[in-house]
Amino acid sequence: MSTSVLSTRNLQKKFGQLVVARDISIDLPKGARYALIGPNGAGKTTLINLLTGMLAPDGGQVFLDEADITTLPPSERVKRGLVRTFQINTLFPNISPLEAVTLVVCERKGEAGTWWRGLPGYGASIEEAYETLKSIGLGDHVDRPTRQLAYGQQRLLEIALALATKPHVLLLDEPAAGVPKGESQELFTAIAGLSSDISILFIEHDMDVVFRFASRIIVMVSGGILVEGAPAEISADKRVHEVYLGSAHHA
Amino acid sequence: MIARQISLLFDGFAYGMLLFVLSIGLSVTLGMMNFVNLAHGAFAMIGGYVTVTLMQKAGWPFLATLPVAFLGAAVASVVLERVLYRRLYRATDLDQSLLTIGIVFVSIAAAAFIFGTTQQPIELPAYMRERIVIGDFSFGAYRLFLIVSALIITAVVVLGLDYTRFGAQIRACVDNQRMARGLGLNVDRIFMLTFAIGSGLAGLGGAMAIEIVGLDPNFGLKYLVFMLIVVAVGGLASIRGAFFTAAMLGIIDIFSKYYAPQVGSFVLYLVMVALLVWRPNGVFARR
Amino acid sequence: MTDTATPLYNPQDLMRAQVRWRMLETVFWVSALLPFFVAETYLVLCTQIAIAALFALSLDLLVGYSGIVSLGHAVYFGIGAYTAGLLAKYGWGEPLSGLLLAGLVAMLFGYLISFIMVRITHFALIMVTIGLCLLFEEFGNQAHDITGGHDGLQGVRMWRLFGTFRWDLYGFTAYAYSLVVVFLCFLVIRRIINSPFGLSLRGMRENARRMPAIGAPSKQRLQIVYTISATFAGIAGGLLAQTTQFVALDALSFQRSAEVLVMLVLGGAGRLYGGIIGSIIFLVARDQLASNNPQYWYFWLGLLLILVIIFLPNGILGGIAHLLSRRKKS
Repeated sequence: MSTSVLSTRNLQKKFGQLVVARDISIDLPKGARYALIGPNGAGKTTLINLLTGMLAPDGGQVFLDEADITTLPPSERVKRGLVRTFQINTLFPNISPLEAVTLVVCERKGEAGTWWRGLPGYGASIEEAYETLKSIGLGDHVDRPTRQLAYGQQRLLEIALALATKPHVLLLDEPAAGVPKGESQELFTAIAGLSSDISILFIEHDMDVVFRFASRIIVMVSGGILVEGAPAEISADKRVHEVYLGSAHHA
Repeated sequence: MIARQISLLFDGFAYGMLLFVLSIGLSVTLGMMNFVNLAHGAFAMIGGYVTVTLMQKAGWPFLATLPVAFLGAAVASVVLERVLYRRLYRATDLDQSLLTIGIVFVSIAAAAFIFGTTQQPIELPAYMRERIVIGDFSFGAYRLFLIVSALIITAVVVLGLDYTRFGAQIRACVDNQRMARGLGLNVDRIFMLTFAIGSGLAGLGGAMAIEIVGLDPNFGLKYLVFMLIVVAVGGLASIRGAFFTAAMLGIIDIFSKYYAPQVGSFVLYLVMVALLVWRPNGVFARR
Repeated sequence: MTDTATPLYNPQDLMRAQVRWRMLETVFWVSALLPFFVAETYLVLCTQIAIAALFALSLDLLVGYSGIVSLGHAVYFGIGAYTAGLLAKYGWGEPLSGLLLAGLVAMLFGYLISFIMVRITHFALIMVTIGLCLLFEEFGNQAHDITGGHDGLQGVRMWRLFGTFRWDLYGFTAYAYSLVVVFLCFLVIRRIINSPFGLSLRGMRENARRMPAIGAPSKQRLQIVYTISATFAGIAGGLLAQTTQFVALDALSFQRSAEVLVMLVLGGAGRLYGGIIGSIIFLVARDQLASNNPQYWYFWLGLLLILVIIFLPNGILGGIAHLLSRRKKS
């Protein structure tokens, strides 16, 4: 798989007796729109934590652009373009979206370590942050404290923070969690419209959304990968129906 | 020579047991509610002053004052819990620390105002002041009393936690508060009672400590450090950890005071910082 | 709320407005000169306030802006004080270079200790900061031959400031010197807070978990801010040693660590002027209340602390800001 931007080989993780990642090997090609699905507790978020370095695996390896990044700290992986969002809003409640995104841009450009120059001196970074916010539809809400934003706007900011790092692999952990169904379609349309230079793996429970936006689907069950395939293959797969689709997808 | 060391070991263990009684409540409440209660020492001080007052003013015998010391500290802690602590259960570590430091400061001033700043003497009954001699070495009867009391308290606490219904409820709350709430346990009430018992034990410890370390308005601050060491090194809500840490702490303290008095508490603090950096959750922590 | 229909944001202006030097700030610093003319007998108190304000500001970088608790910040204050005091005692009484060295030595200690601090969080962090403070205090006590132990460091002799100004009995020179140093440090700290680095500190305070996910090397940042904070605390300590020509063991104590935290929380942490306002109120109150009986000062201090934590969780400045924003809305 020489075209993989992100891949893993035999990832293992246990919490005590509980196996949360069992022999996980995946390959994400350039420009991918992959969905990661599975029942609650299947280990989807754990996999994202392992990929981004927020959890250390007990065994196996993670490769980004064919380099072994298994032992790199999370912030280094972000610098190399592997970025995630969070299922539960993980934002900066008392600073404004503009400040938050500016911070991300400054981090990316290596400006965030400077303490002897005031923020207004970084006009380009501020403008870029503003453009990022506008592009995702938050242009009207840049200077209120984040905690005052509506929930849906906070979900968008969650993604804006990730985008501002200029990722080339983006891991979205239920980006539409808690968002009403109509809005979640909108949100995924925005995600689908992202540059094809960005490879995306997203976790999602809404099967309509998954089948509409994913080019390929990975199904996880109790820490392991059950099956991986194109949407048509997955919807035809008996095992998937048994563990998962049986209840969620009546069509 | 050996006899001397055995005596020191004995004294150190007795001192450690005193620290254990003083600290055990703090360990449980910190582990259970995640509340940084730096005023735990102030409750111990209340127990001490209850005993002093009853003995000096009312002529009570020492042993009879102990249950009252327990009760006094327990009641005071419940009042403070109702009025102040519960407002801050969701607050930051810092706010909790500051509120309880505030309580310590007030308690220092109040004690100084009521009892004066001098050490409070008490007269133990004769049989507690005796020295028991066995062969080559001798030890104080009061220290034996401390050890026996602490062992009884440990047994009661451990058995109570393991075998009573209330103990099971406490363990459930320590392990997973949300789950406990979900199961319909009245977590607030369980905490209040645990808190009262823990503070009561501190009060008991404060009363028993007078003979060993004395009692003055600064007691709550002076011994807070020892209590925190026991809790921090022993691991939150770990009775076993607190027991071993307290015993070791007492022995180390007595030995270092005997053999290297010039070093003072320096070594103690150094060991504490080193242990905490090595194992931030406590040396005996379950995780 | 009126102009949301056609929002024409200029993002750079928004950011500039955040860091703009306000009129009120000029008023504040100019009025800091008033004691020279109207309160000559209080110049000593004013000097203490200026020093405490700098100490509180240094702590604010950690507690208010980065969200790291420290109950042992007096370590660096004390190190700065002893550095400046010992230098002057053993033959180098030049104030400015002495103060610089006080800051540098504290900076070195801050840097070394920061390796410990970034490894731990929460309760363990509180404990370790208390433990380190007690450790240094005990060391200062044991090293009696060098520090004078509980008797304090005697025989500190400062040379004239710039070789010209005598350290007069009223404290004119001391206050002028302290005020200028504190003001310059304030400007530096203000700049740090308004820099990208300062923004990343606030990011850590607001959500330490998110920081690595946006590519921020949090541990490194924490070490830097810890070192910076220690430096300013050391300068504050150095100022105290130089202006009083004495160092008490109390400079290293847990009580002093707690006091500075009280000042900061009283005024409002994370608000630049919080520590300054807090130290003014705290020291003026102590001057009034503790003169009769120092024991009872603890009563007022404790009560104040309890009231502020319960009723003004964001300090006095936070309370004022809250009132103002409510009035704006209605």
